[in-house]
Amino acid sequence: MRKTVASRPARSSRRAGTAGLAAALLSPTLLVLVLVIGYPVVAALRLSFQVSSESIDPHTGFKVTATSYGAENYTSVFSDDRLLRPWWNTTSFALASVTLEVLIGVSMALVMHRAFRGRALVRAAVLVPWAIPTAISGMLWKWIFNSQGVANEILGAQVLWSSDGLQAWLSVVIADTWKTAPFIGLLVLAGLQIIPGELYEAARVDGASPWRVFWRITLPLVRPALVVAVLFRLLDVLRMFDLPYVLVGPRKHSVETLSMIAFDEMTNLRFGTAAAYATVLFLYVAVVALAFVKLFGADLIGRGTGSET
Amino acid sequence: MSRSTQRLHLPVNNEEDTVSSSRIPVGAGQGRPKPPGARPVRRAAAVVAAVMCASVLGGCGGSDSSDTDSGGPEKSQDRGPITLATGKDTTGTLQGQLDRWNKQHPDQKVTLVELPESADQQRQQFIQNAQTKSGTYSVLNLDPIWVAEFAANQWIDELPAKEFPLDRMIPSVVKTGEYFGKQYAVPFNTNAGLLFYRQDLLDRIGAQPPTTWDELKQDCVKVRKLPEGKGVDCYAGQFDKYEGLTVNFAEAVASAGGSVVDDKGKATVDTEAAKKGLQFLADGFKDGTIPQQASTYKEEDGRRAFQAGKLLFHRQWPYQWALANAKDGSSKVAGKFGVAALPGLDGPGKSSLGGLDLAISKFAKNKATALDFIKFFSSEANARTNLKVTSAAPPYTGLYDDPALRKQFPYLATLKESLDTATPRPVVVHYGDATAAIQESAAAALSGSKSVDEALADMQKNLSAAIAAK
Repeated sequence: MRKTVASRPARSSRRAGTAGLAAALLSPTLLVLVLVIGYPVVAALRLSFQVSSESIDPHTGFKVTATSYGAENYTSVFSDDRLLRPWWNTTSFALASVTLEVLIGVSMALVMHRAFRGRALVRAAVLVPWAIPTAISGMLWKWIFNSQGVANEILGAQVLWSSDGLQAWLSVVIADTWKTAPFIGLLVLAGLQIIPGELYEAARVDGASPWRVFWRITLPLVRPALVVAVLFRLLDVLRMFDLPYVLVGPRKHSVETLSMIAFDEMTNLRFGTAAAYATVLFLYVAVVALAFVKLFGADLIGRGTGSET
Repeated sequence: MSRSTQRLHLPVNNEEDTVSSSRIPVGAGQGRPKPPGARPVRRAAAVVAAVMCASVLGGCGGSDSSDTDSGGPEKSQDRGPITLATGKDTTGTLQGQLDRWNKQHPDQKVTLVELPESADQQRQQFIQNAQTKSGTYSVLNLDPIWVAEFAANQWIDELPAKEFPLDRMIPSVVKTGEYFGKQYAVPFNTNAGLLFYRQDLLDRIGAQPPTTWDELKQDCVKVRKLPEGKGVDCYAGQFDKYEGLTVNFAEAVASAGGSVVDDKGKATVDTEAAKKGLQFLADGFKDGTIPQQASTYKEEDGRRAFQAGKLLFHRQWPYQWALANAKDGSSKVAGKFGVAALPGLDGPGKSSLGGLDLAISKFAKNKATALDFIKFFSSEANARTNLKVTSAAPPYTGLYDDPALRKQFPYLATLKESLDTATPRPVVVHYGDATAAIQESAAAALSGSKSVDEALADMQKNLSAAIAAK
């Protein structure tokens, strides 16, 4: 008893010393994070409340700008359907392409996981779309979906992909799936490779059907990797900008995302509303990410959420 | 629109091109002086310093370059090195022109700053430069549609109009540099739309190139009955939802006798003439005069269709002339087509104006040099060289009558005719919003999702709002 009482202050002071050292060692990193992440976020928030009204001087033609602070940017963003359409585009892209990517990505991973001749080649080939910059692959698909392009040649139809409409939306989903299914495939493959082979042997001895093996062994064990992959993709698609912008173009209602609207506002010098759109997008992404982590328990910080759930 | 102007640079006299392009040293980085004493040591500090210096060109020594009260360029006595900021030089001939200036003015050298090829990105860089009050860009090569915005924001200086030979230029082109009755920019080159037509097919039906829309439609009906006319679509322009649609819509309205924005700056698309203009395009899509896929056409898509022999008539910038005439097999219509002015409702139509205008940044140093350089760069002699090597349409009236040039560019007479009646696109400070409003409604009418009346009522409302500037 005496011993514990005596040792307690010593241990806590040592702990305090370690904590101090840790804080000192981490502070440069934290400072950099505050500078490169914290400041822009705060600045954007501030900007989103900055309302500027402009008028033209009737004699000189010069622009007169008056700035005040208020929530007008948000009321204009939330009025009419200015937010709803791009929000729905953003969300529907996320739902459709991530679902497709998971299906295709997991099948890719299962194929690549098997031992067969030329496996290395397949793995490398599958990664090619992922290695191409999005803007470039946007250009590639733009050519494919051109009115005189390969897609129409194959279909034997005259589909106007780059005009507004469902087909434009579909072309973006196709191009995005093509590009990023390999990403999911790769992460799932990494997850597959750490599953011990004995489990499969045991299942075979027990006479489990392949479907049952997949459902009961492969999927639960690969889940942590899969959930992280899906989360990353989800966040990626929600802030998608370059692919629809390059592939279909700006101002096409069926593919205009929240990022594109924010960009458009910015290029027309309405920085306040642009920041408001960006903030709304930021919050939306944060909410989706949080909900996803809560629902599926993505193991982001390596704590190892129970795969038993 | 500089997209079109840059395209115009494409058909180049190849020999000249390679010679001078090899002389171009480096890219955009040139415009920025290296901060003195930047060593690998303390690189981070040097980077920060470079960023700061870049915003006040050469201003690291402490001299304040962003002196906003330095007065207009005509009052300035400051001479010294300047920069020319322009879209990517796809012709490779600009440096050669600058070299000629630099040889004569060794102490007032001009450095080329190349910006991205896309017009939108150029505008963004110009705006960023202006908002940081940076002196990095001295002379700006602006798309005419930006002049109003840049002048209204006081990002460019008024120019002394009297010191330029504006009276020798085409009046409509000179107007593109005006804002509130003052000259803020001087034309460097210009551009107008032309009707490209298949001479061989019109000859077969014994027709002259059409001057009205009705004639155009009748010619199409006749050509379609020919065996050679099978699979040939009638008419196309730039109808995708982008700046090209604004150009084509404005042309249709002007060709029906209307205007998009009147002289007093008021939106006028709810008129009978505007309705007839848009109706021609909407009907064209409905009755097949314009093929459905043309709703996705930009310049190059239409050019490919025309070169593949799939179009009887094509509204296009002059740059198509050289490419469609290429004898290397890339064009099936080489030597088989002609060029005419755009057709209209009751007679010849009116084109929208493209081109590039030169202006001086408000925040530039050495404005006296900048003014002299613009005089040199926009001179008739330079425009002649520019036409010869890049086939860029000159703003000078006289060059269109030059027999030697006419021989080299047979379409010059038609182009001049088109330019004489061409109208600038709406002069609006918030041009981005104005063109978006136009594209929005025009696209809806062309796709048939809105009636022409409904679309124009919406356009009138949104265009007026864009002009009124919140």
